[in-house]
Amino acid sequence: MNDKPIKLIDKKGIRLDGRKADELRPLKLQVGVLSNADGSAYIEHGKNKILAAAFGPREMHPKHLALADRMVLRCRYHMAPFSVQERKSPAPSRREVELSKVIREALEPALFLELYPRTGVDVFIEVLQADGGTRCASITAAALAIADAGVPMRDLVVACAAGKVDDKVVLDLHDEEDKLGAADVPVAYMPSLDAITLLQMDGILTPNEFQQAVEIAMSGCKKIYEMQKEALKTKYMVVKDIEEKEEEEVEE
Amino acid sequence: MSSLITRVRLKQISQHIENGKRLDERGLHDYRPIKIEQGIIEKAEGSARIYMGKTEVLVGVKVETGEPFPDTPNEGVQTVNAELVPLASPDFEPGPPDENSIELARIVDRGLRESHAIDTGKLCVEAGKKVFVVFVDVYVLNHDGNLIDASALAALAALMNTKLPNYEYKNGELKIKQGFTQLPMKSHPITVTIVKINNQLVIDPQLEEEKVMDSRISIAVNEQGNICAVQKGGSSYFTPQQILEASKLAQAKAAELRKKFNW
Repeated sequence: MNDKPIKLIDKKGIRLDGRKADELRPLKLQVGVLSNADGSAYIEHGKNKILAAAFGPREMHPKHLALADRMVLRCRYHMAPFSVQERKSPAPSRREVELSKVIREALEPALFLELYPRTGVDVFIEVLQADGGTRCASITAAALAIADAGVPMRDLVVACAAGKVDDKVVLDLHDEEDKLGAADVPVAYMPSLDAITLLQMDGILTPNEFQQAVEIAMSGCKKIYEMQKEALKTKYMVVKDIEEKEEEEVEE
Repeated sequence: MSSLITRVRLKQISQHIENGKRLDERGLHDYRPIKIEQGIIEKAEGSARIYMGKTEVLVGVKVETGEPFPDTPNEGVQTVNAELVPLASPDFEPGPPDENSIELARIVDRGLRESHAIDTGKLCVEAGKKVFVVFVDVYVLNHDGNLIDASALAALAALMNTKLPNYEYKNGELKIKQGFTQLPMKSHPITVTIVKINNQLVIDPQLEEEKVMDSRISIAVNEQGNICAVQKGGSSYFTPQQILEASKLAQAKAAELRKKFNW
C-alpha cells in the first residue's frame, strides 16, 4: 500500500491479467470428485483451487448439538498451509472462523432445514491454493457438494465478488486487485429466487458504487450458475453412460 | 445462543412487527435510548461505556509499543477483540472466543480499519521497528440485542477518548514525558445494523426480536455518507431491493446518530 502507483487497469481498460472490467477469470467445476464423501465438488477459479465435501443428512455428533425441529448445517472453511505465499499455520485463524460462519449462513437459506429434524449436514471446504475470492469460490463449490449429496435445495447458491480498482467497479477480483484495490464486495446469490445470501464489503464506496458492485457481482453469479448446473449434469451424464454400457454388455 | 422463549411469544413479536409495531412501542426504524459515558476506566488509555436500551457494552483501549507489520512499516497497528462475558447473558459461557464473538470483533475492526478511523500513519516511532499498537477490547456486559451497533459506537467513543502519553525517542529507547496527546483520528465511522423480520426492515432489535429475525446486515458509514464495511449475517436472505433500502436506511440512521453525538 506504500508505494501506490501500481496501475491495475491500463488505458484500454484491460486489467493486469488481461481481463476486461466485467470478465470472469477462467472457471472449472467438477462434481463427485471424492468417493468417500456423500457429495463433493472441485473448483478452479483463476488460480484458486478448492475442494468441498458434504456429508449427511446424518446423525449429529456430538448428539446434544442436534435440534428437535430442524437439521443443523455445519461448515468448516480451512486453508491448507501451502495455499498461500507464506506458510499458513494449520490451526484455524479468526478469519477462517468468521468465513466458516458466513459461508454457513450463505448456504442455509438454500436448504429445507425443517424437513430433516435431529440430523446434521457437514460441509468441509479445503482451500488448496488461494488467489483472491476464496470465500466465493468455496460457496460455489460447497453448494455443488450439497446438491451432489442429494440434499434437496431451493436453488444452488453461487458466489462472486466485485470491487473497485483504480476508480472503476470491476468483476471478480484476483489476489493483487483484492489487496491493492479500493474495495471488495463478495456476494452469494440464489439466481432463481433473486435472493442474496452473503454480502460483505471492505474498502470505501459511494452508495452508488456499492449498488453497482452488488449488481455486477450478481451478473457474474448468473454466469457461474450456468456452469454449476452444467457441472452437475455432466456427472450424471457420465453415470448414465456407464450404466448404458453395462446394460449393453449384459445384453450381449 | 438460545435462552428460552415460547412459540407464542415469537409469534406475537413477529405479528407486532408485521403491523409496524415494536414490543416497546418504538417505530420500526427507531433506536432505543442511547447513553455513552467516556473515560470511566482510569488505567486504560481510553474507554467508553454505552447503554443502548438494556444492552450494555464497555470498551477499553490500551496502547502499547510493538513491531509494525512488514508490509506497513510506517504504520501503527489496530487490533480489536470482543469478549462475550458470561455475566452478560445466560447463553454466554466461559472459554475461548466462539464464532459469535470473533465475528463481532471482526465487524467492529473492519468498520474502523476500512474507514481509516485511527490515523495509523502518525503512530510510527521508528519505521520498521517500533510503532504504537492500539488494542480495542470490546466487553459485552449485558446482552439485550444489537451488540454490533452498540459495540461499534462504544469502540469509536473509546478511541475518541484515548490519550497517548508524550514521549521522547532516543537511541532506540522510549522515554515517557509529562502530558498527553489525543489519539490521532481521520474518520468516525458509524455502523448501523438492519434486521429482516417478516419481510420488514427493522433497526436496533432487542434480544427477543433477534430471536425471530431472518437475517441482518450491518453497514458502516463514514462522514461523507460513503459505505466502508458491510456484513450480512443470519440464516436467511435479502432481495437486491432490500439491500438498496437497507443501505439508504443505514445512511439516514448514521447521519442521525452523528448529529446526536456531534461526531
